[in-house]
Formats: sequence, C-alpha cells, structure tokens
Amino acid sequence: MTAEQHFQVALRLGDDAMILGQRLAEWCGHGPVLEEDIAMSNIALDLLGQARGYYSRAGALEGLGRDEDQLAFFRTDQEYRNHLLVERPNGHFGDTMVRQFLFDAFSLERTQFLANQTVDEDMAAVAAKAVKEVRYHFSHSSQWMLRLGDGTEESHRKVQQSLDDLWPYAGEFFVADDIDEAASLAGLLPDLSHVAHAWHARVSEVLIQATLQKPTTTWSQRGGKHGIHSEHLGFLLAEMQVLPRTYPDAAW
Amino acid sequence: MSPVEMNLEARFEAYVADEKKIEPKDWMPDAYRKTLIRQISQHAHSEIVGMLPEGNWITRAPSLKRKSILLAKVQDEAGHGLYLYSACETLGVSRDELLDDLHSGKAKYSSIFNYPTLNWADMGAIGWLVDGAAIMNQVPLCKCSYGPYARAMVRVCKEESFHQRQGFQIMLTMAQGTADQRAMAQDALNRWWWPSLMMFGPSDAESPHSAQSMKWNIKRFSNDELRQKFVDMTVPQAELLGLTIPDPDLRWNEERGHHDFGPIDWTEFQEVVQGNGPCNKERLAARRSAHERGAWVREAAAAYAEKQAQRKTSSTEPHAA
Repeated sequence: MTAEQHFQVALRLGDDAMILGQRLAEWCGHGPVLEEDIAMSNIALDLLGQARGYYSRAGALEGLGRDEDQLAFFRTDQEYRNHLLVERPNGHFGDTMVRQFLFDAFSLERTQFLANQTVDEDMAAVAAKAVKEVRYHFSHSSQWMLRLGDGTEESHRKVQQSLDDLWPYAGEFFVADDIDEAASLAGLLPDLSHVAHAWHARVSEVLIQATLQKPTTTWSQRGGKHGIHSEHLGFLLAEMQVLPRTYPDAAW
Repeated sequence: MSPVEMNLEARFEAYVADEKKIEPKDWMPDAYRKTLIRQISQHAHSEIVGMLPEGNWITRAPSLKRKSILLAKVQDEAGHGLYLYSACETLGVSRDELLDDLHSGKAKYSSIFNYPTLNWADMGAIGWLVDGAAIMNQVPLCKCSYGPYARAMVRVCKEESFHQRQGFQIMLTMAQGTADQRAMAQDALNRWWWPSLMMFGPSDAESPHSAQSMKWNIKRFSNDELRQKFVDMTVPQAELLGLTIPDPDLRWNEERGHHDFGPIDWTEFQEVVQGNGPCNKERLAARRSAHERGAWVREAAAAYAEKQAQRKTSSTEPHAA
C-alpha cells in the first residue's frame, strides 16, 4: 500500500460518513415523529464525528497541512470518494431507512475490521469508537425495516419499492479496485469478497423477518469511489460548502 | 361550587402558597389544569417549531465543528419538546391532541420563531439573545408549583444555558472576524433585538394571564421585570462584542439603577401573534407537512407493534431473547 493509497482509504471512509451525515441532517425538524427526529440527528452526529476523525487522519497522512474543514469544504464533487448510495436523496422515510440499512450493514463489517487492525492505530482508534455507534445504527435501521416491511400494506409496498430502487447502489461496496486490494493486502481493510458474504447474510436475515423480497438484480451502479458521482452530489456540496467558499479568509 | 369543592380549592391554594409541589394525581382546580396545559404545550410547540429556523442552517454550517454543535443543539430542542409533551400528558391530554391543536392553529408557539434566519450570525444571535431571553423566562419555572413541569425545566435550563454560551461564542468569533463577518453579526443583532424583547410578552398591565399565574406559583416575576433584567444583562455583553444595540433611546439610568430603553412596537408583536409574521405560514406548513408525510410511518409502527403483541400472546414457545 502506497502512502497515496493509505490517504485515499482514510478519505473514502471520511467521505462516506460526511455525505450520509449531511443527508440525515437534512431531516432535522422534519421527521415523521419526534423520537425519530432525535434518532436521525443522533446518527448524523455520530457520522459527522466519524468523518472528522477520518479526515484528520487523512490530512495527517497526506502531509500537506489540510485539516478536516479543508477536506470537507474545499474539494469538488469529483474529488469526493464516497459510495454512490450515501449521496442518494432522502426521498421519504422508507427510502432514508433503506439507504441507512444497506450502508450500516456494510459499515459494520468494515468498521469492526478497522477497529481491530494494527496497521494504522490512529484509524483503529477512530473505528473503535465508531463501531459502537454503527452497531446502534444498524439495530435502529433494522428495526425500521421490520416495522415498515411487516407493518401495513402501504408501508410494505413503499419500503419494498425503496429497496428495489436503492439495491443497485449497494453493489459498489464490493467492487474492489487497486486501492481496496492494496489496503486489504496490507491488512488495513477487510477483503471485500468477505465483506460481501457477511453483508448478504446480515441483510438477508433482516429482510426475511421483515417479509421483504431481496432484489434479484446483480447490476450495480458504480463510480463514486473514483469521483464519478450522480447529479445529486454537486447540489449537496454547493449547499454545504457555500460559506467557506464565499468567505475563504474567514474563521468560524 | 359545592362546599366540598370550596374546601378542596382552599386547601389547594394554601398548599401552593406554602411552596409545595402539585403532582399529577393530586386534586387541582380545572382552571389550573387548563392554564398548565396551555402553557406547557405552547412551550413544547415552541421547542419543535424552534427547530426550524436553526435547522435552516445545519446543512450550511461553515465548519464541521459548528455543524456538530448546531445539530446537537437542535436535537436538544427536540428532546425538550419530548419532555414537555410528556409533562403535559400527565395532565390528561395526549401528544396527538396537542399536535392537532398546533397544526390547526388553535395552539400558539413563541412568535420569535416566525422570523427568518438570514445569515450564519443568526445562529449566534438566536443562542445569545433568544435562548438568553428564554432562560430568563424559564429559570423561575424550575420552582413552579406543578412538579412534572418544574422537573422538566431543570433539565431544559441546564441545556439552554449551554446553548446561550455557544451562541455568544459564535457572535464573538464573528465580531472579531473579517469585515463581512462583523457586518453579519451586526445585521443579526439588528434583526433579533426587538423580537427578543417581545419574547417576555406584553407589559404587565396588558398581560391577560399574569395575575392568576402569579397566585398559583406558575409565574414568579412580571414580564416587565424579566425584560428589564434581560436588557441589563445583555447591554454589557453587546459592548464586549463591540456591536451596537439598535435602540437610540438605550441608556443607563443612574437613578433607577437600570437601563432605559425605547418603546416596543406592540403592533408588530400582535401582527406576528395573529399569523402575519414573515414565516408563520412556512413554519406551520413545515410542521404539518412533516406530520402528514409521516402518517404512514407511524401507522406502520403501530401495526407492527400490534402484530408483535399478538404473536407474543398466541405463541406457546418461550420468547427467545
């Protein structure tokens, strides 16, 4: 694993957490019930904390003096390295929960591995804190899969549609590139084929209980990890970055 | 009123006058219960409507640290809404009924949240002024005669004082920042000052519920006393920030030992209360829309819980952990 690849690993981890946290934060004040407003804000806060941890590590690895804010606010969409799934718009609550569930099941595998590896102890420390959070996130999103899947006819229909719509974006998690392979060889990240296996088992178990059909499509959208994003990310970043970019000399 | 009720009422009055707490199962006059439901639910509604003006800036917060703090703050407000709805439910009314009253426009919420948040310094001004004024109003409620409300307020006030400090800290950073940031800070103070003074409500002579609430130990200080205290506390803070309070009549009155300040535009206040503020319609529409769009989710959760309960009772197998 080269220094550049090591940096990219930290950046990808940070970007997934950043973009999903930003998306969840859009819900604040608009949730279906007050308890969910609190829960979604909580998860957004955890993700934001994870992003800050991974970005700080990325900045240190890069060695150019970029801090968390420079990485978050002064990169273009093409420089972002998150998976496509996390930038999907919130849609309705079922869309948001399916997006979260598919991501949490992946993030749990990845974060557990990262917390236990010894190649990068700083990243292990970030992941060790994150793994407790992600366990809760997965439990929360799984609960909603059950409630919506096995709730009313309407909720079942809606959440099945969300699952069908978002499923093709989950495949990108498991398409390894040279960075994933190098990081896996070095022992920093898990082998993605193992992660895929664990992910399918975890997801299937919940979907069966939720009376939902696992989509059969094998095609996956991809590109996020290489900076080729959907049309949605540019708008997300335009909103997120507007102040630091308008007033680049200001400290906040 | 029957002699028994008269006796109960007299005992109630004496009990409250003795600074004792009323608890949900205690007897209380209907008017006391109604006053509390009105006040606590207004307070709860203010917390959740109050999430919107600040929520407006979460996605645009200018640093990750500020974004985390703001998100945590708005989340605290949702938490306050939750304790307050729960406190209100101890008086025999459900959260659903209270929300229906908010959505129909029957119940009010603090008018301050009908003003827009137009620049980042508004997040500072809201914490500093709006939460500062709220604390002035709320600290005395920690000793209010109704136990569940008093206890909820202890926790709310602790968090509000943290909110106020973070707001002041944003103002300080902006006031000491670039020329653009200073201009934003001044602009925010200009827009939030008078609405913050209005938060204490009409002058004592004009305040419809004050006298009775004072007698019941729900209210401890008059609107004007609290407003004066707020002005006296805030003026030196504005000086420290190097910002100008937008009131040409503001000056220290040696004789009174307080600041004099200019007349409040109560016409504007009444208009905003009546629904004509810059954001009344948007705020209420946002709340209604969240509730309506969430209906299928709440129904699903209820249906699932019902199914689970049925499965539990119909199952002869021991429940696996």
